[in-house]
Amino acid sequence: MDVTAAFSEAFRLILGADPKFLGIVGLSLRVTLTAVLLAAIIGLPLGAWLAVSRFPGRNLVIVLINGLMGLPPVVAGLVVFLLLSRSGPLGSWGVLFTPTAMVIAQTLLVLPIVIALTRGTIEELWREYREHLASLGVSGIRAVPTLLWDGRFALATGLLAGFGRASAEVGAVLIVGGNIANYTRTMTTTIALETSKGDLPLALGLGIVLMALTFLINGLAFGASRIGQRFAG
Amino acid sequence: MLTRRIALGLAANLMLAAPAFAQTPAPSGRFITVSSTTSTTDSGLFTHLLPIFQAKTGIEVRVVSQGTGQALDTGRRGDADVVFVHARAQELKFVEDGFGVERKAVMYNDFVLIGPKADPAGIKGGKDIVAALKAVQAKRSLFISRGDKSGTHSAELNLWKAAEIDIEKVKGPWYREIGQGMGAALNMASAQNGYVLSDRATWLNFKNRGELDIVVEGDRRLFNQYGVMLVNPAKHPHVKKADGQAFIDWLVSPEGQKAIADYKIGGQSLFFANATQPGA
Amino acid sequence: MRDIASILPLRVDSLAFEADGKSLLGPVSFDLPKGGITAIIGPNGAGKSLLLRLCHGLLVPTRGRVNWAVEGGLIAGRKRHAMVFQRPVMLRRSARANLQHAAMVTGAGRSVEDALEGFGLTHLAERPARLLSGGEQQRLALARAWLLEPDVLFLDEPSSQLDPGATRQIEAILERLAAEGVTLLMTTHDFGQARRLARRVLFLHRGQLVEDADATSFFAQPRTEEARSFLAGDLLW
Repeated sequence: MDVTAAFSEAFRLILGADPKFLGIVGLSLRVTLTAVLLAAIIGLPLGAWLAVSRFPGRNLVIVLINGLMGLPPVVAGLVVFLLLSRSGPLGSWGVLFTPTAMVIAQTLLVLPIVIALTRGTIEELWREYREHLASLGVSGIRAVPTLLWDGRFALATGLLAGFGRASAEVGAVLIVGGNIANYTRTMTTTIALETSKGDLPLALGLGIVLMALTFLINGLAFGASRIGQRFAG
Repeated sequence: MLTRRIALGLAANLMLAAPAFAQTPAPSGRFITVSSTTSTTDSGLFTHLLPIFQAKTGIEVRVVSQGTGQALDTGRRGDADVVFVHARAQELKFVEDGFGVERKAVMYNDFVLIGPKADPAGIKGGKDIVAALKAVQAKRSLFISRGDKSGTHSAELNLWKAAEIDIEKVKGPWYREIGQGMGAALNMASAQNGYVLSDRATWLNFKNRGELDIVVEGDRRLFNQYGVMLVNPAKHPHVKKADGQAFIDWLVSPEGQKAIADYKIGGQSLFFANATQPGA
Repeated sequence: MRDIASILPLRVDSLAFEADGKSLLGPVSFDLPKGGITAIIGPNGAGKSLLLRLCHGLLVPTRGRVNWAVEGGLIAGRKRHAMVFQRPVMLRRSARANLQHAAMVTGAGRSVEDALEGFGLTHLAERPARLLSGGEQQRLALARAWLLEPDVLFLDEPSSQLDPGATRQIEAILERLAAEGVTLLMTTHDFGQARRLARRVLFLHRGQLVEDADATSFFAQPRTEEARSFLAGDLLW
């Protein structure tokens, strides 16, 4: 197996701007970014709330969520599949084998990461800010907006971790998306498919493109957070 | 479940804002979901057929390719409108159980026995698949089995039966069930220089051949019949009856049959249209 | 009706605090009338910071009460006592944004720009607060407290982390605030500071209020054995 062939394949894909390839990249990014956005909308407030509140069973919830960070994508995929199947409880939505199903599955995968990392970050910040905020008459849940805002750069790292997990996984999107050509075929499912077709240079080429994209997004986010941090202290 | 609703609604909105999700959507917005086998996708047949069908009818066909057993399950659950697979007995049972409306024969392709050029079982060039399998078993030559309930897997099991070998009983380290698709099985055979039963189409499209080549082909027992069924709307009312039926009707029409016959790789036909052949 | 409503005097009545069954403070009683600077002194662990936190309402006493002249120390719904901590808590924002945040969440009456100007922070307004020097941070913390129009300002070791130059600046600000009519209750371990600033001294030892005296007489003639040996520099048990 020729690595040079893989790299030239990768360059051909990128420079050739093949519309089919761009479609696959676009779909992958859109699904993953939508999932991360949804996970952020749900997970940031939930994680922050978990950080500042005390209730019986809280430790159990924390252990549970930390454990769910290791949820195997295939299991998440299977659960969403069973929920969304026409024979399942949410079958009437009719979204199995659509990008929406992929977004739901990936949101499920990313959510525990976002909640757990948010809780950790916010809890640390909360320890530092608690008395000052209480002195200003801000306590508990009312402190969440302040804490989320001040933790934004650390939280961005958590979202990046979520993005990394979602963009790299193949198990869940394959099961709930069905790897339908031109419709639910993402970079990772294409890589799996091309591998099964024995077209290893193309598969590896796509892998290189995926890695490059991941590096690019991480780099941009890192740079933005560094610059932001300099201005926020 | 409120958050779920909101999340879903949001996801749907984001997707509406990004219409490029389907890269070649039918302008009419009409589509059907077909559950089919990996061989039809991996061989490139659908890439050839579907644009022709879509141009004629405006119906987009979304293909989910799985092993035959799984593809039939997908139909049973109502997650597809049409099932297009190759395992005659299972297909007939699918219809008999009321999950499908009617099975129609579409085409056949053939299986080939693939093996390393070194040919440790000494069967290269033969035409008798049964004799070849007996030799593989006798010499304990490495054999890769799909082991995934697929059509190809059940065809392989039938061939062992025809060779009067009880594979459950005699299988040992030489017989590896990998539980994966055709491509994965070929990749493994290529890496480990083993024998493997493959459909011809996937083999012709397969690029990572290494030391592999066809060792046995042309036996009538290697022919592999494909059938197509509409998922029963009486069981699953959301099934797109008209559009699904249109696809089935087109596949067995002279025009569809010609399109199937026209699909060639390197001058070789991969599938042989036989909708009109009685008893297929 | 008074001209300017005030939450003072503060009456601290048999205030006690326990944690895990161990008494950490009290019972302590004293009055805090309007005006002037009062210093709480005493060795580490005497309960000085605890007393401030109880008065400010950050902790709930095990027994006893903190009685403001106006219920809860509120006027028109706003808390009119503020606190500055030993290590100033700086939000991860600019100096101005730190003030704006406090103004926003409390609905404070004074203007952020006046606070910046009054505490010599205008030129630092856009700088990240956490990157300011110790003295600048303490000034920002004081400005942030001033913003809330407090009748009473609680200060926990306001200059313990600072060099003499910065300490002098902070002390000047405290004297100015007192002159403006703010009542200051501060802890300090620095006798010199208590002597320079305070009109009255509360001497705390092992959770008990051992002496409550006029500053001049306390330093000249401490009445108790504990205060005498503390001022002499002995370690107290």
